[in-house]
Amino acid sequence: MCLAVPGKILDVNGSETTRTGTVSFGGVSKEACLAFVPEAKVGDYVLVHAGFAISVVDEAEAAQTLEYFRQMGELRELEGKP
Amino acid sequence: MKFVDEYRDQAKAEDLAQAIARIATKPWSIMEVCGGQTHSIVKYGIDELLPEHITLLHGPGCPVCVTPLELIDKALLIAARPEVIFCSFGDMLRVPGSGGDLFSVKAKGADVRIVYSPLEALKIARDNPRQEVVFFAVGFETTAPANAMAVFQAHAQKLPNFSVLVSHVLVPPAIAAILSAPDNRTQGFLAAGHVCTVMGFEEYLPLAQTFHVPIVVTGFEPVDILQGILMCVEQLEQGRAEVENQYARSVQRKGNRPAQELMSKVFRVVARKWRGVGEIPNSGFGLRDAFAAYDAETRFGVTGYHVDEDSECIAGQVLRGVKKPQECPAFGTRCTPERPLGATMVSSEGACAAYYQYRRHEQTSLAAGRRS
Repeated sequence: MCLAVPGKILDVNGSETTRTGTVSFGGVSKEACLAFVPEAKVGDYVLVHAGFAISVVDEAEAAQTLEYFRQMGELRELEGKP
Repeated sequence: MKFVDEYRDQAKAEDLAQAIARIATKPWSIMEVCGGQTHSIVKYGIDELLPEHITLLHGPGCPVCVTPLELIDKALLIAARPEVIFCSFGDMLRVPGSGGDLFSVKAKGADVRIVYSPLEALKIARDNPRQEVVFFAVGFETTAPANAMAVFQAHAQKLPNFSVLVSHVLVPPAIAAILSAPDNRTQGFLAAGHVCTVMGFEEYLPLAQTFHVPIVVTGFEPVDILQGILMCVEQLEQGRAEVENQYARSVQRKGNRPAQELMSKVFRVVARKWRGVGEIPNSGFGLRDAFAAYDAETRFGVTGYHVDEDSECIAGQVLRGVKKPQECPAFGTRCTPERPLGATMVSSEGACAAYYQYRRHEQTSLAAGRRS
């Protein structure tokens, strides 16, 4: 029920409570309400739940998490584990 | 898909599982309070990747599962009315009430429609001015802004034929209720990433402190969940009880302020009954007086309806992490997704349904991949 899917904003229309946009989810486009992410702009990734964007994905935070995983992988290789 | 695929990587998942095994010296029980996470855990076999002494408990994190029987009955009563178009998220349609489900009402001729967003229900109301359009507004904090916006726009557009049947529940009071129970087994929590995307995580700080439990805000993909477990186990091993944020790419400390503002305009905090658990004070949302005209319960005169719940179903104990689905004598026999006794067997996010679906067939399991 609380599923939210990341998608890329292709365009933005309207303002305030009727602010909407077209969001592409891996190639499939859907209209989403952007009223709760007033800072979101074309090209941003948003998490969409029940037709509403609830957050703008923080790309710097995402990159940091992936860097952490990369270091874990290197650690594993250094330890000579499969 | 960006921000999805990289969090389903098997090598990363295995690194994290090994890291957990390295640091876990004692048995620990950790509960997730989100049906989406429960579904991922069982689907990908995350619990089977963990050392045996780390137990995952599946909490009351599925709003479909915790919607009380009497509210389903109210939905059935309203949906059966000839003037009503009843709109709902798809997963509510097979939840059993005392006399059938929404599908069975639909089969008898009622106009029951599945919508993806509450705004679709609003459009149906605009397109059908002679019909009464009722939206079944269930969900946790994640869904509350969407449902609040539907009511707010109905009010702004002066739509007299739109109303909502509200069954909104909140996560922190449920965590407090679980931790206060004498038979509580939970020592650490994974908080739901999208609930916290909306609400932030400051309201979890007093819970972590009062009950001395670590709480890690966690995402939904297998790698997210494993990292959340690792952070939780680290805290447990070190005797810490803090709120940490694994899902920082979406969750900020204060959450989504515009969403919270609209929610508090439309909703107020009320006591709510949880199916299988009972009433929890201050555990849900009801409409504020300014929006009371959109309350379907009053509009269709079903406010005073009460009903007792089935006694054989142990969903309440499953939802509190006291029992696992397979410990129920009815599991897979008298209770199946086709003929469910309780809601945890209905929704794909319910613990019983997830175990029924994946533990009977062993499909896309990371653990199975490891064994081969």
